[in-house]
Formats: sequence, structure tokens, C-alpha cells
Amino acid sequence: MAVTNHHGVSGGLRAGDRTLRAKRSRLVLVLLVLCVSVLSLDAGASGVSAWEVLRALVQGSEISATDRVILLDIRLPRLALGLLVGASLAVSGAVMQGLFRNPLADPGLVGVGAGAGLGAIAAIVLGAALPTGIAVALGNYTVPIAAFLGGWITTLVLYRISTRRGRTSVAVMLLAGIALGALAGAVSGVLVYRADDAQLRDLTFWGLGSLAGATWAKVLAAAPLIVIALVSAPFLARSLNALALGEASAAHLGIPVQRMKAVAILTVAGATGAAVAVSGGIGFIGIVVPHILRVAIGPDHRYLLLNAALLGAALLVGADMISRTVIAPAELPIGIITATMGGPFFLWILLRNRGVLDL
Amino acid sequence: MFTAEDIRVSLGGRTVLGGVDFSAADGQVTAIVGPNGSGKTTLLRAMTGELGYSGAVRLEGGDVASLKPWQLATRRGVLPQSTRLAFPFTVLEVVRLGLSAGRDAGQYDLPHQALARVGLPGFEGRFYQELSGGEQQRTQLARVLVQVWDPAPEGRPSWLFLDEPVASLDIGHQLEVMQLVRDYANAGGGVIAVMHDINLTAMFADSVALMCDGLMVKQGAPEAVLTNDTLTTAYGCQLRVNTTPPTGKIFLLPHVAGSGNARAAVEKS
Repeated sequence: MAVTNHHGVSGGLRAGDRTLRAKRSRLVLVLLVLCVSVLSLDAGASGVSAWEVLRALVQGSEISATDRVILLDIRLPRLALGLLVGASLAVSGAVMQGLFRNPLADPGLVGVGAGAGLGAIAAIVLGAALPTGIAVALGNYTVPIAAFLGGWITTLVLYRISTRRGRTSVAVMLLAGIALGALAGAVSGVLVYRADDAQLRDLTFWGLGSLAGATWAKVLAAAPLIVIALVSAPFLARSLNALALGEASAAHLGIPVQRMKAVAILTVAGATGAAVAVSGGIGFIGIVVPHILRVAIGPDHRYLLLNAALLGAALLVGADMISRTVIAPAELPIGIITATMGGPFFLWILLRNRGVLDL
Repeated sequence: MFTAEDIRVSLGGRTVLGGVDFSAADGQVTAIVGPNGSGKTTLLRAMTGELGYSGAVRLEGGDVASLKPWQLATRRGVLPQSTRLAFPFTVLEVVRLGLSAGRDAGQYDLPHQALARVGLPGFEGRFYQELSGGEQQRTQLARVLVQVWDPAPEGRPSWLFLDEPVASLDIGHQLEVMQLVRDYANAGGGVIAVMHDINLTAMFADSVALMCDGLMVKQGAPEAVLTNDTLTTAYGCQLRVNTTPPTGKIFLLPHVAGSGNARAAVEKS
């Protein structure tokens, strides 16, 4: 699906080699993440300047308790959560697209997000029914782990349904994803119907698809699964590259395909589950970010995955910043921002590639 | 030496291969020929582990099933009939995929050499998906070559398993690729190729395995296997085997007295 120039990638001796471009763009993306992070810390409804608070902290001078709380307990955890969730959404999108060999596979699009959502809702509504020992042991991690299990089971079922004799049918995958998503949505609906008032309030906050209400507890709850996924993703890169040739050819290149697929599915489910558990389900990052990068630096997963994590983090933190400031002091749900950016972009991808998508 | 004994494959309850014996020697080009649906590709896919089978497949005497994927990848490259790519890789990026598995991972010049070898010099920066079918097939061949570049590292043969390597190529590139394959075998490597073109097979192969209806009709030297009787029986049409004057190599013509059907059958195969 070449959407850049139609004469290929030229450039003398380095023709066809986009390694250098990928490495340079990584540097640019690191700087972008830093800039967006600093801006995001500084922006908000209260008008507290991050610079002044930071300077005061460094110089050891007095700062008001309110300023300290706003910066350290509201904006900073929100920034951390935004970085984690953005990176997680983009990387799970890229890994899933590599696994299914299709640029349209995205956890949100094919029902994995809905499965993770069902897990999270089940944990919120039925969590009280857990034996006390287990509930105490899981603590804050109950919702992320339930979301992870929901996402994992959905991914597994989806893969089983859409893959026959090592070939994944994209049409079957998309249709099965719609069916699984609808099913998960229906069960979620039943659970919401059964929820009591306190649980409903939790569910409403969760379902907004937002980083609002970020706390350090939430950051800590989501961090382990997301960090595991981010750390394991680069080890999948070479295998995902080989998998682009098809499962048989990947195996002939020495890739242990079955094991690699299992790891990829766990990675996607973990990252998606944790992201959905803390942020409700934020769409389009998982499709838009890998696609932009494939056009810019090529589809080599050794560079794509890390760069996707960086761009995803920057985009989500940026979108969150817009959501907090555009109608301040009120907040626009971040899902609206990402959908406004992502929806048209997604349509544009479809229009550009109608001929070659071959659904 | 590569051997397959009593290979049986069933797909969907139907027997596709019913007990096939096959062998290929290193230093030789071994061709598998036969009419459409005779089980050539199925045999190749069983021998490369893509399909489940009963029977034994041995590489240098050792059971292939006991080798790890990465061990096999250093000794054997496999070219499928065609390969579609999911993402916009450049030709160079595709060929480099062969590097990651092979023993020559350090030699970053290899992809360029391999591309020149398959007649695609200067194609490095082109997008794979924008190439013609024949160019894509030669790009994949370059990738497979890079994977097992040395035909006989430390005296141990490398193997090329090729499924219709020249089917989508023009005659010039057919000869170029067959010569490449011939050179690989002459340098000590082993080559097993599913072929449709009997004349190219006779010209370049040392051993020919003729298949029909999921069974091995005969395997041996081209002159012994490609005879009027065996070919007429296997392909179900009148064929006449001739020899070219200077080399005595075989060439094949549909029988002049044959009907239009016979000619169509030959062209199809």
C-alpha cells in the first residue's frame, strides 16, 4: 500500500534503505514528546504555571498547597497516564496490524477494545462478589487485569475464527470483530443494567473515554501491563517483518511462528486491556499513528514500533491538552478530539487505497 | 542428500499424495514435473513442513522434523509460487528479510549482489507492490538467495526449494534464473524445483521426478523419465520427444497429428 511517491524511495547509494530516516525521526519524536509534555504540564483550567511551580520547587521557596496539588497530583499523573495510554494504543495497533498483516486491524475496530471494556465493566460491577482474599490481593489491579483478560480472550477468539490453515481472512476478521464487539457490548449492557448507583457513577466516569480523573493509583495500576507490552514489542519486530511475507515464509526464515503469535496476542491484549481499564477506550490512535509512520519511515517494525509508541504518546497528550483548554474551564471528552482527527484520516486512507486493500 | 519416503498427505478427507518417494542429491538440480493437480506443489509443501504429512523427510540423513526453525533456515531457503506483501516495503527491505535468518547477517552488501544476480540491479528503491508479477518473483528469489547465499559453506550443502521459479517470467529471465540455479548446484548446493516447462527442465535438470494423480510415476535422469510413453500417459495427450542436434538435449513438441485439444493441453501445462 504505497501512498507516497510512485517511483519508490530513491537516494543514490542508499536507495530503498529507510534506516537513517527512521533513526532521525525517532530523535524528532523524542523531542516532540518532551515539548508536548512540558506544554501539557503548563496548560490547564487553573492558570497555574508549571514553570513557576518548578522554579519554586528547585529553589526551595514557598509554593501554595493548591499549586503543588494541581501540578503534582493532578497534571503530572494525567501526563503520565496520557503518555502510557497513547504509547500503548499506538503499539498495540501496530503489533495487531503486523499480526493480521493488514493496516486496518486495530484493537478498537475489531472488538478487542469492547472485550477489554466488558472485562473492566464486569470487574467494576461484579468485583464485590470476588472472594475477599483475591480482591485484596488484586487491589487496584482488578480492573486492568479483568480488562486484559477480556481483551485477550477476544483477540484469541478473533484470531481462531479468522485464520484457517495459517491464512488470516481480513473480511472474516472485520466481520467477526463487529460480531464480537456487539456481543461484548450486549453483555456489558446487561451488567450496567444490574449495577447499583455507586457502580454506575464509576462506570460513567470510566466510559467517558477520557484521562480526566487520572491519579497516581491509576497510573500505577496501568503501568505494569503497558510497560511489559512496550518492552516486549521490540522483540517481536523481526518476526513481524518476516510475517509480512506470510506465515509459511516467516517459518522458512527461522521464525517460531506459533510462539511468536501467542506473544503478540498477549502483548496486544495486555496493552489494550490496561489502556481501556484506565481511559475507557480512545479510538483511532492505534490506526492513525502506525499508518502515518509507515508512510514516513516504512513498515520495518524494528523502527515502527518504538516510533509508534513515541508518536502515540505525543498525540494523546496533545489531544488531552486540547480537550482541557479548548472550552476551559469545562472539558471536552478526549474521544471527541481523537475521533475528529482520526475519522477523516481513516476515510482518507480508505479512499487512497480502495484499489489495493482487496477486502 | 535430501530424501522423502512414503509421503502421504490428505486435505479435507481427500488423499492428495498417496505414498510418494523422492530424493535429491546436492550438486544437482532436481525438477518435479507433472500435470496440474498432480501433487507437485503439495509434495514440495509437505517436504518444507508447510503441510502435515505422514512419512519421513530427511536432510543429510537427519529427520527434518527434529530441527528447529532457525536451524533449518540456515540450511534451506524456500521460494513460494507467489508472495503478496501486506505493507509498502521497498525491494531492498524485502531482500534484506533474508539476511536476518541466514548465516551471513553481517554482509550488508549481499542484497545488492543478489538483486543483480536475478536481473534486478537498481531496483532497491522501488516499492515491491508496484512491481510486475515476474519482478516480484525475482525479488523473492533474491531474498531466498540471500538467506542461503553460500551453496556449500564448510562443505555442507545449502538447499533451494523453488515452487515454479520461472512460471511468471519471460524467456530471457527464465534462462537467466535457470542458469543461476544451475550455477548454485554446480557450486555444491542442492536445488529442488517444481517446474511446468518440460523443455527448460530437460535443459537444466540433472534429475526429473514425474508425478501424476498424487503418485510418483518415475524419477531419474531426464532422458529416462521424459519419454513419449511416460509423458503421454501422465499428461493425457499426444506428445513427441525429440533431441536437439548439438547437445542431444531433449525438447518436446505436441504430436503433429494431435487435435487442437492436445495442443491446448500442452500450452496449459
